[in-house]
Amino acid sequence: MSRAGKIARRTFLTGSIATAGGVAFGVYMYRRPSANPLAAGLHEGEAALTPYVLIRPDGVTLITPRADLGQGAAHVQALLIAEELDIELDQVGLDPGPPSAAYYNTALSREALPFASTNESRLAETARSLMDAPIKFLGIQITGGSTTVPDGWQKLRVAGAVARETLKAAASLETGLPVSDLRTRGGAVLLPDGTRLPYTGLAARAAEIDPVTDVTLRDPSAWRLIGKPTMRSDITAKSTGQQLYGIDVTLPGMLFAALRTNPRQGGEMLGYDASRAETMRGVHKIVPVTGGVGVLADNSWRAMRAVEAIRIDWGPAPYRPHQGEHWRALENSFTDKRRDSRLRNDGDVDATLASTTPLEAEYRAPYLAHAPLEPMNATLQIKDGKVDIWTGTQIPRFVQKNVASVVGVKPAQVHVHVTMSGGSFGHRLEDMMVRRAAELAMQADGRPVKLTLSREEDMAHDYPRQIAMARGRGTVSGGHVQAFDLGIAMPSIMRSQMRRLGMPMMGADLQIVAGAWDQPFAIPDYRVSGYRAPDLAPISSWRSVGASTNGFFHESFLDELIHAAGADPLEERLRLCNHAPSRKVLETVGEMSDWGAPLPEGRARGIAFCLSFGTPCAEVVEVTVTESGIRIDKVHVAAEVGRVIDPVNFENQVQGGVIWGLGHAILAETTYDDGMAEQRNFDSFRFMRMYQCPEIIVRGLENDSRVRGIGEPPVPPAAPALANAIFAATGIRLRQMPFVRDMDFV
Amino acid sequence: MKLTVDGTEHELDIETDMPLLWVLRDELGLTGVKYGCGIAECGACMVHIDGQAVHSCQTLVGDVWGEVTTIHGLAAPGTLHAVQAAWVKHQVAQCGYCQSGQIMQAAALLAQTPDPTDQEIDDAMSMNLCRCGTYPRIRAAVRTAARTLQEGTQ
Ligand code: FES
Ligand code: FES
Repeated sequence: MSRAGKIARRTFLTGSIATAGGVAFGVYMYRRPSANPLAAGLHEGEAALTPYVLIRPDGVTLITPRADLGQGAAHVQALLIAEELDIELDQVGLDPGPPSAAYYNTALSREALPFASTNESRLAETARSLMDAPIKFLGIQITGGSTTVPDGWQKLRVAGAVARETLKAAASLETGLPVSDLRTRGGAVLLPDGTRLPYTGLAARAAEIDPVTDVTLRDPSAWRLIGKPTMRSDITAKSTGQQLYGIDVTLPGMLFAALRTNPRQGGEMLGYDASRAETMRGVHKIVPVTGGVGVLADNSWRAMRAVEAIRIDWGPAPYRPHQGEHWRALENSFTDKRRDSRLRNDGDVDATLASTTPLEAEYRAPYLAHAPLEPMNATLQIKDGKVDIWTGTQIPRFVQKNVASVVGVKPAQVHVHVTMSGGSFGHRLEDMMVRRAAELAMQADGRPVKLTLSREEDMAHDYPRQIAMARGRGTVSGGHVQAFDLGIAMPSIMRSQMRRLGMPMMGADLQIVAGAWDQPFAIPDYRVSGYRAPDLAPISSWRSVGASTNGFFHESFLDELIHAAGADPLEERLRLCNHAPSRKVLETVGEMSDWGAPLPEGRARGIAFCLSFGTPCAEVVEVTVTESGIRIDKVHVAAEVGRVIDPVNFENQVQGGVIWGLGHAILAETTYDDGMAEQRNFDSFRFMRMYQCPEIIVRGLENDSRVRGIGEPPVPPAAPALANAIFAATGIRLRQMPFVRDMDFV
Repeated sequence: MKLTVDGTEHELDIETDMPLLWVLRDELGLTGVKYGCGIAECGACMVHIDGQAVHSCQTLVGDVWGEVTTIHGLAAPGTLHAVQAAWVKHQVAQCGYCQSGQIMQAAALLAQTPDPTDQEIDDAMSMNLCRCGTYPRIRAAVRTAARTLQEGTQ
């Protein structure tokens, strides 16, 4: 494909993660399997068969290194291992395992390359496989980018199969029977006479032999678990109050901490007066930290109350303090100098636009906090040169390294225990709060310290979703879309995020155009340009990242052009679509929603599509105009993921993604005044509640050969599908989120 | 000060203006009660006082007027309340952080209104926020629980 040829060399090496160290050396390191991190902790009679399966005399533990943030990652990872290991999910324990290079994430780096996921050309494939090497070399163990399933699909099943075959080999040694006579089921090797040898009893023998690595994966027809509804292992605990989250960690002698750092993010603390706080009941110590001050006390509420009583003099924000200036910076970024990428440039856009008066439109999307319901927290104990950390994180290796440097120890002395998280949506890709907690724990004389941020403190320091703007120009001819030219301006998410992690960011930031440049449409004159705005407030990855804004821009503007052409929004998208699995997704959502069937007066449908993280997803939203505002009645969703691993969790993820997309589109924004986020709790940062929640009907398609994730892809089409439905119902085109600025919702 | 929680009476030496939430979590170790906002917006901290659903973050411990029931004491040990059983059956939870509060709200609703209309379910449950977006499953689970409870009383 010609598109790939137009990419400048500097972007070739890019991505979200810099490839320092050189590819050749990286490849060399890559070929050597990473050391098994479980090996060090083994006792007599225990075996770590691959980094994912740990067998002890008292039970089998499956290691699920991608963080469970509520998306069911632990369950899905365990299910893939268990499928091949021939063990039932209620027979195993799950553990996130230690931070380790063995748990690198290759799928994440693959999607960071400047090739659309629909591009399967040799060049794209070669680039993707080259990218595996440096990621593994750097040992990047990250949860994100909807990659848990694509990354683990092969790797985890192989891990299960290797463990199974090794256990069979051990049983063969034990019994003298040939391996070909042995079967496995329910956590045991079965002998021809029906005798069961539980895996736990074979661990000692299995530990003595080399793992059997020449394995064949099961044919789909033999699957017991994949594709079937299963019960998530955390459901009962989460329905009875028994599930422990980071915020619930309790240790003997523990101190409770609260913190205030400069709400002008990254600004300094010029001075403070804690004289009142010092005398308050339960206060143990006042501890100044980088950019702020914390309180150690004997109870969270006493700590929070005391920290509120400290008078603090904050320094200025290291960025433009007012929201209006942020918008102006974006408005001024549509220039050649600021152009970051033009990865889509088909036909002759300039000539076509010049030949007639184009349709023009401008769109805006605000900053948005992640605001998972569990406020950020971390528990640390620093004692005898050793650091223990309990926290919910998507980046355990960075936490380990960064806390080591705060405390002044070697990373090997830092032990990260990843806890269950009460949501994340990208918030736990950051670790500033853990570093501050380490500064507090350093002053606790070896006692454990649990830092819990108040909701206000958390939201003041939520590196939000990017602010973004787009300008579209386009033409139609003969009832069809002819030219589509979209420019998108936003600050670089990756640069902001990588800088906090202490990593360089090279090349173009593909997130500026993700979900727009890479869409499977053959519009004759089709161009997407990314403009990198100057750095404004620090920003971070927010569920679906660049596509969360760009899906709205692309699909709203495409809809405007289709209406201008007088065409049908579904028919015209199908006509333009040049990717078979995506066409199928559009056709399916059309069928599901009875697209085209007449609706009563005051009701209408809107459609939108976005291919993000490799997953094509289409949504049809149905709305009713009522006297007191718009009611969202129904959403139909179709998504192509190659394989639906667990239909229950799949449906839950898709429904959650749609609600995430719609809830923020109608209600939420984060704005800055005087350098500070103005919305710091759920009274001003509003989100969808049950009375506004539509019925959401979901279908997963399995036509593609690649297996894809589903955590993020349902988000980008939701907002534009709603805006398009509202246009169909009212003739009013919403071009700025949140929509509640222009319209009431019931 | 005396406080009865989940059937156990406690003698506590604490400030009367401490929110019940933090007494339950930090003084009594009942961590199933969750902190989400502290301002009665999210519902993660919901408990019952004499059967009524209240935001424990905005209830000062000195003002508690009756027996407190938390998610830990909603059902007898080792058993599930009908609402919890429905939550398991429908696999409602994603991160699960809001669910203690959702369950306490739903249990209080069904105790007062055994056969709620869809509108009544939406109205009551809109007091509770779920950032993961489990609302469709919560709706279904409340209906299931209502049926189970009604069958049980007939
Ligand atoms: S913590 Fe009480 S309502 Fe949110
Ligand atoms: S399940 Fe995560 S907030 Fe409700």
